[in-house]
Amino acid sequence: MGEERRYSRSHEWVIREGDSARVGVSEFAVEQLGDVVYLELPAVGKQLNRGDVIGDIESVKAVSQLYAPISGEVIAVNEELEAHPELVNEDPLGKGWIVVLQPVDLGDIDTLMFKADYDRFAAEEQA
Amino acid sequence: MSYLSHTDAERRRMLQAIGVDRLEDLYEDVPQGLRLSGLDVPAGLSEVEVLRLMQSKAAENLDLETRPSFLGGGAYFGYVPAAVGAITGRAEFYTSYTPYQPEVSQGTLQVIYEFQSMICLLTGLDVANASLYDGATAVAEAASMALNATGRNRVLVPDTLSPEYRRVLSTYAEGIGYDVDVGPIVEGGQLDVTEEHAAVIVQNPDFLGSVVAMEKLATLAHSHGALFIAVVDPISLGILKPPGEYGADIAVGEGQNLGGWLSYGGPYLGFIASTPNLQRRLPGRIAGATVDDRGNPAYVLTLQTREQHIRRERATSNICTNEALVALGATVYMALLGKEGLREVAEHALQKAHYAADRMGAVPGFGVATPSPFFREFALRCPVPAEEVNRFLLSRDILGGLDLSRIYPDNASLRDCLLLGMTEMTTRNDIDACVSALTDMVAARSTTREPAGVGGRA
Amino acid sequence: MSEPLIFELSAPGRRGYNLPDIDVPRQPIDTLIPKEHQRSTAPSLPEASEPTVVRHYTRLSQLNHSIDTGFYPLGSCTMKYNPKIHETVAGLPGFRSIHPLQPDSTVQGALGLMFELQELLAAITGMDAVSLQPAAGAHGEFTGLLMIKAYHAAQGRLPGTVIAPDAAHGTNPASATAAGYHLVTVPSNQRGRVDIHHLRRLVNEDTAALMLTNPNTLGLFEDEIVEMAQIVHEAGGQVYYDGANLNAILGVVRPGDMGFDVVHLNLHKTFTTPHGGGGPGSGPVGVKQPLARFLPVPNVVRDGQMYRLDYQRPETIGKVRSFYGNFGMLVRAYTYIRTLGREGLTQVGRDAVLNANYLRARLNDRFDEPYPGPTMHEFVLSGRRQAARGVHTRDMAKRLMDYGFHPPTVYFPLIVEEAMMIEPTETESIDTLDAFVEAMREIAREAEEEPEIVLSAPHVTPVGRVDEARAARQPDLAWRAASTGFPKAEEPAAPDTPEGV
Repeated sequence: MGEERRYSRSHEWVIREGDSARVGVSEFAVEQLGDVVYLELPAVGKQLNRGDVIGDIESVKAVSQLYAPISGEVIAVNEELEAHPELVNEDPLGKGWIVVLQPVDLGDIDTLMFKADYDRFAAEEQA
Repeated sequence: MSYLSHTDAERRRMLQAIGVDRLEDLYEDVPQGLRLSGLDVPAGLSEVEVLRLMQSKAAENLDLETRPSFLGGGAYFGYVPAAVGAITGRAEFYTSYTPYQPEVSQGTLQVIYEFQSMICLLTGLDVANASLYDGATAVAEAASMALNATGRNRVLVPDTLSPEYRRVLSTYAEGIGYDVDVGPIVEGGQLDVTEEHAAVIVQNPDFLGSVVAMEKLATLAHSHGALFIAVVDPISLGILKPPGEYGADIAVGEGQNLGGWLSYGGPYLGFIASTPNLQRRLPGRIAGATVDDRGNPAYVLTLQTREQHIRRERATSNICTNEALVALGATVYMALLGKEGLREVAEHALQKAHYAADRMGAVPGFGVATPSPFFREFALRCPVPAEEVNRFLLSRDILGGLDLSRIYPDNASLRDCLLLGMTEMTTRNDIDACVSALTDMVAARSTTREPAGVGGRA
Repeated sequence: MSEPLIFELSAPGRRGYNLPDIDVPRQPIDTLIPKEHQRSTAPSLPEASEPTVVRHYTRLSQLNHSIDTGFYPLGSCTMKYNPKIHETVAGLPGFRSIHPLQPDSTVQGALGLMFELQELLAAITGMDAVSLQPAAGAHGEFTGLLMIKAYHAAQGRLPGTVIAPDAAHGTNPASATAAGYHLVTVPSNQRGRVDIHHLRRLVNEDTAALMLTNPNTLGLFEDEIVEMAQIVHEAGGQVYYDGANLNAILGVVRPGDMGFDVVHLNLHKTFTTPHGGGGPGSGPVGVKQPLARFLPVPNVVRDGQMYRLDYQRPETIGKVRSFYGNFGMLVRAYTYIRTLGREGLTQVGRDAVLNANYLRARLNDRFDEPYPGPTMHEFVLSGRRQAARGVHTRDMAKRLMDYGFHPPTVYFPLIVEEAMMIEPTETESIDTLDAFVEAMREIAREAEEEPEIVLSAPHVTPVGRVDEARAARQPDLAWRAASTGFPKAEEPAAPDTPEGV
């Protein structure tokens, strides 16, 4: 339970890793955005409520906000992205992760969508 | 109408292609009740008539090309080399659009990149933008950067920041919603900085011409977690220490005197440069170097996500159109001057200001009110209201200085003071003529006891 | 065939400009400016002779598209011909070499011109008072919104929101933020106009202003403007006119008569002061009487036969820039208005509308027209038919360059998929319009029959498609003495975002 990747309606993914949760951007969202050139990420220690803005993700001519899919404290940010924002394009589910959260309630992860549901949701949003 | 292309026959043909009978049919969405019967504007003129009209208006102004002037205060009458006009007068530059399409705008984009590079060299900072409206709005934009970078809500400026700049800064502060504290730099170079200040904004040379001990103020600002913003005269940087050398986080200024005309106050040229950690907070357009799909060097507007056309209500600034053509002129000017030329222009201003201060300050009743060291400007204390002195000088066809009692009405030490500024255009003859006029004015006053300047041209 | 940087043409000891000798007694610099205030090394500005400098910048100029070399169908940008007499006039010593701090008595010609221009712009827009101070359109928006804020404050009100349509120029929301307002977006309806029912629901006592262009960015006249203004006024709000599209309605209808309280104009659009590759612009603001007391200082007034700068406005919002405005641009705009006069200005608007509709009528069989005309001075086509075959608007835009045309404004307004926003202006001849039509139709054919040539365009421009991702990921924003040269090429990308406005 909780170790399958889950997705939010704001296009983040979450995967449980022990007591913490790793967060990134969905493949669909990355494709929509195009070449990622910059990310503005939060400081470690920041408390986020579900739906709060985590930071900005920028492509050449678009900027989107990243939202916290669950509530929790930021315990790690992917510092690699500062020099290599292209990792988000190249490996959105792996090396392109964004932050690790210490969830207020690990159960929050289970309220998010499974991949199949998310894919349907994303396809509808695009149409 | 020579700017319109169509004959009536062509207009009819076009209407036919559109499929309407009359042009009015294209305005069918405009409610009848709103239609105008005619503009309240005079009838048109031929080119020669309009030229005569404009020549007659121009002739009603006393220009600085044909008479001595000592006006400064943020705008300076410097020489504009003919090559500057030859380049800015090229239609490929002045009739081109903002370079959003890099493939057909490499000329403008490379010029912006060169301009940014030169501003960085001048200020000793790492990044610069394509330009801002003028020095005053550049100060306001720099303040906004500092507010965003620090999350604080006040800025501190000494009262020796240009009054124009302070006034514009307060307008912006009112709009955005932050406070501007104005405090004097007291003895020993201290300012009342607190942990609430996002930035300390100091002009060097200050509005009265004095060179300020910037390093100390920068350290002071940083010790309270505030950014230090330097407001500089770019010509002075031929001699004076650049902001990057004394720890400024942001440098801004008015670039009009980099080969730009006075033009009664505009268009001028705001510039802004910063340390690299602030580059994503810079306002406005920025050009960057990259490559094209053939691997050739190319330039492009970059970091555009900061800007209004993408980030809209979350943009770092609302600026769109800036002063590209004036920046082009400044770029050509700096290229012509080169590293030695800039220092020479600065030295002209410096030497002449000191000669003028020595001579004018020695006229009985007059004295220099600006503390040394000063660069190109100084305040001259007069024995009578400054306005009277200006009137007398004007009767000798000399445009005097800025009456400081209008700017600092509450400052007793600046009562009856004129702010006088020099450039490379000021000649020894100009200064000597002014000295004789001042001497004559004093003499005339002591013999007739009539107010000075009566019968003058003013 | 790239042009080196001016720094790369530099050699120690060369110079492009000689100064006269200093003719006053020289003192050692160290005695005037203590060493600790002096810079340690001279800035590494280029060292080059005048011919080198002139040739370098002349070559660079030749890499630009410009009005004098070709057509610019940029929607909402009004890239019309810039008359040559304007440059002659602005260069007269009596205009170019007057100092902003000269006594009013010595600049009566300048002040008189500014006073008359205030009056002329008021007459053209149907406003009661005008300030010439703002330096550009966005600056005018900021100024106008601050006046609206002051107006509300004077009535003891502090409404916090500004409403703008989803089709608005990006400066509208950005200026609202700069003026301390929260932005609310009102959607467009199926007719491409503001959805008035939605507007009615959005407007309340917190509405400070509604910002609109009319005609809007689709080139459509907001035919319910009177009702919209009434809705906003009844809630105590003000109605703001973004003058970017004024060219369409010159002499036909005035913002002041439609119910607008504040307008800004772009003199670099409607009144043809040159765009300069991105400025200088000039963005005068006009207001109705209730807001006149909040105008920036100084305003130019007439006392009998004399003109003067009036600072005595206790309720002013203050100053928005140094001095009085982009005077050099005011000289040009004044010259333009006096040259064209009442009939000429009206014909400008009529021909601008004629040209736009002519292009629309000749292109709307090849490209989708999401909001059918007639339109005013501009219109919007969609490249979605071609996009379905893999050729996007950005590709067609780049291909237009090969035919010698600047692309239209693309991917704007945001509400039209694959948008191409086309504004020909009145100064283009039917020959140019026909040539543009032929090129567009040929590109539509290429998109179907030989898409590769469009997808790899442009082919004949000084550079090919530019790697924008590289530029943004590893910003190289200034030349350094020890610059390492240019990075290696990568696949360029250009997502669907506005280019042009």
